[in-house]
Amino acid sequence: MIEQFDAIVVGAGMSGNAAAYTLASQGLKVLQLERGEYPGSKNVQGAIMYANMLEKIIPDFRDDAPLERHLVEQRLWVMDDTSHTGIHYRSDDFNEAKPNRYTIIRAQFDKWFSRKVREAGATVLCETTATELVRDGNGKVIGVRTDRAGGVVFANVVVLAEGVSGLLGTRAGLREMPKPETVAIAVKEMHFLPEEVIGQRFGVKGDEGCVIEAVGTISRSMAGLGFLYTNKESISLGIGCLVSDFAATMESPSALLDAMKNHPSIRPLIAGSEVKEYAAHLIPEGGYRAIPQLFGDGWVIVGDAAQLNNAIHREGSNLAMTSGRVAAEAIIKVKSRNGPMTKANLALYKTMLDDSFVIKDLKKYKDMPALLHTNSSNFFDSYPRLMSHAAQTFMRVDGTPKIEKEKNTTAAFINARSRWGLVSDAVRLALAWR
Amino acid sequence: MHIVVCIKQVPDSAQIRVHPVTNTIMRQGVPTIINPYDLFALEEALKLRDVHGGEVTVLTMGPPMAEDSLRKALGYGADRAVLLTDRYFAGSDTLATSFALSQAIAKIGETFGRPDIVFTGKQTIDGDTAQVGPGIAKRLDLSQLTYVAKIASIDLDTREIEVARRAEGGTQLLKSRLPCLITMLEDTNEIRRGSLQQALCAARSQVVKWTAADAGIDDLTRCGLRGSPTVVKRVFAPTARAERAAQIDTAERGLQDIADELIADILTRRPALEHELAFNSGT
Repeated sequence: MIEQFDAIVVGAGMSGNAAAYTLASQGLKVLQLERGEYPGSKNVQGAIMYANMLEKIIPDFRDDAPLERHLVEQRLWVMDDTSHTGIHYRSDDFNEAKPNRYTIIRAQFDKWFSRKVREAGATVLCETTATELVRDGNGKVIGVRTDRAGGVVFANVVVLAEGVSGLLGTRAGLREMPKPETVAIAVKEMHFLPEEVIGQRFGVKGDEGCVIEAVGTISRSMAGLGFLYTNKESISLGIGCLVSDFAATMESPSALLDAMKNHPSIRPLIAGSEVKEYAAHLIPEGGYRAIPQLFGDGWVIVGDAAQLNNAIHREGSNLAMTSGRVAAEAIIKVKSRNGPMTKANLALYKTMLDDSFVIKDLKKYKDMPALLHTNSSNFFDSYPRLMSHAAQTFMRVDGTPKIEKEKNTTAAFINARSRWGLVSDAVRLALAWR
Repeated sequence: MHIVVCIKQVPDSAQIRVHPVTNTIMRQGVPTIINPYDLFALEEALKLRDVHGGEVTVLTMGPPMAEDSLRKALGYGADRAVLLTDRYFAGSDTLATSFALSQAIAKIGETFGRPDIVFTGKQTIDGDTAQVGPGIAKRLDLSQLTYVAKIASIDLDTREIEVARRAEGGTQLLKSRLPCLITMLEDTNEIRRGSLQQALCAARSQVVKWTAADAGIDDLTRCGLRGSPTVVKRVFAPTARAERAAQIDTAERGLQDIADELIADILTRRPALEHELAFNSGT
């Protein structure tokens, strides 16, 4: 017997679960395919989860979702080899009834999300890889082939939520293989520490959490970001840089992470911890310009597979969840007016997504990836060193007249980058940020 | 024919550790799997069903989360899954477990048809006792065929079965009568991948959930901690030996010299050995 579904969702990450949940809870007959042993077994993220985007899908998620800590403090660090200069923002306002951001552990969170998807009525098949899109004579996608025996299933629409390196869309020519310069590889370790030790080290109590994001010499002149997130009984510590940069510099991600762990600003925070997990993941960082065609006859692409990731604000899962939800809502609208799942009708997804923060944010930073990546040695090495040096000169009391100190600092910046270089970097950064 | 396969959800022992202070097993966050030995039993049962027709029922006793293992078994192609779950079963040793399972198998017999064969794995990887299978056979008065390497033949008309059983010093060929209980050896087959249709069925089918009462168990004193005379007095993690194996460089000297030196070294450590060796070679 050949089965026909209203929708097949390929992948059980944030975007796939958001899409499958939204579709199934509106009564559509949904099949979700996941290649991992269980949903979450293949999924890697830092991870910070943004409540607002999940509330729009499951309003009362706080009742039973496995959440680690809600964030009350965020530290942004610029690092050189021995120091960090930082901006910290901490506010008791974040201790609210419905906190805004949480750290999560994806393996647990995704299991919960998937249970919600199943409870909403979707059929979820794990250990099942979608290998090929099935098309009709006119090229419309009408189903997928899987790696199981007798493995073709049909649907009116296929939601590709297969992640950054998913093969279905690239094999079918719906999108390009991610290029080394549009994907970062991030590695992370889970450092386990007793809850009270984390509380003491980061000055947090109960479920309060703190995150650190760090740029500077830790990425060895490459455009990259280091992070440290507090979970209940563990710390997620990681760093990521562009694949093309790793290839050009012949640096290894694990060596970067090891060096970061030994940085004098990081080492005491993780001292005595036990590493129980090591993970690596590709992150789409091409930004707005790397977004592929998002819809077609019988298909839509969501989440990482669609390069929907805001590297500047290191937001990914909320763009994924939102794109999954919006795609589902578009599909539901098309179905409700008895429309076929054609390219023309599914364009509604793009229209709705354009109207959301997802595309608006990515558009805002459309020039940022190129700027940071072509000037990475300035932004991730020279400036952090200069900034650290300036800060130290400012702090250190050694009898040098202050006016002389300021002159020296200014001279150091000009020597490193020239007046024109400084002005040009500032202008380009401002333009890209605008 | 109706086959019941008993499986157990166990922590993945490759990823388990013992707490350095309390000496208890740290189960938190450790992924669970179907006891690997049970998969050989399940595959053998599925193969028999494919040849002789009938149904395969998988049975497990455990906490509600053990349903995951049953769903997995359904995905491999089992026809029905029964989860025996009740707080009265908590803390069961092999005696209480085999009691509860045998009661449940009897109930399965009443409800879904008398089983011709009950399968279990050779043993579990968390308890390693290999007692539950024989315990079930004894209670249900089934012929007991343990450590089975191969099922040579089954004749459903004469109700006879022939199996090869691994025994010390060789293989025994046994003939027995159905119904019987078989504990299956490892590496006797490889678990199949269910078809898409079977995977879809598994995702949609309901697992039968029975409490002690549902399974017709009246005597709760024989269940769980109360029915378990086994007492774990102490758990400890073996300490790593301080002695390290020495590496011998064979590039510089001849093997004969190295061997002579080693033998001399061993004999110095165990002087009695020389006498024993001389005695043995003399006889």
